Amino acid sequence: MTVQLTHFSAAFVFALFASIVFGITHRETSRDMVRYGLYCFVMFLGGALAAGWAMWLVRR
Amino acid sequence: MANSTTAKTKAVEPAQPANMMGVIAPAIGWLIPGAGHLIQRRWIRGLLLLISIGALFVLGLMMQGHIYKANGGDILDILGFIGDLGAGGMYIATLALNGGQGAIAFAIADYGTKFMIVAGLLNFIAVADAYHIAIGKKQ
Repeated sequence: MTVQLTHFSAAFVFALFASIVFGITHRETSRDMVRYGLYCFVMFLGGALAAGWAMWLVRR
Repeated sequence: MANSTTAKTKAVEPAQPANMMGVIAPAIGWLIPGAGHLIQRRWIRGLLLLISIGALFVLGLMMQGHIYKANGGDILDILGFIGDLGAGGMYIATLALNGGQGAIAFAIADYGTKFMIVAGLLNFIAVADAYHIAIGKKQ
């Protein structure tokens, strides 16, 4: 059985699961875990989107 | 001239007493992601780690990612092997079932390969976290 993810959905899934693990392992309290997890998720996905647009600009 | 700076004393952490859980939790956490937290009754954290790391690894396999073996030879293959090895039981099971033989012929398969490596590396972090909980360094 195989899956075919788009580039964006692959980045989304990666950011989601990596952020969950980062949040749990890098902070002490539940509240801080959620906040840090959300921060990592935004940084992962935002970084991918920013890099994508930067490459689009460079290509033009 | 008088020395105006005060000598900084390093805060010495008290030695943590060695306990059995400090050995068992990382070992079982390496074999099964999240299990190191589950046996210490951190149910939600353990389940989230199991789901997250497990899903990354399985998705990597389903994307026809490649799994690295110990006798890679190339330095990048060895690094890939170290990453994959972190997944513990899932890595061993995949090797036993002869999975992860993708040739990385297209982009998504390359992503899958990276998914599996990252799953292993994240499990290393989870193992360290389970150890810190076991020795009382973290709640």
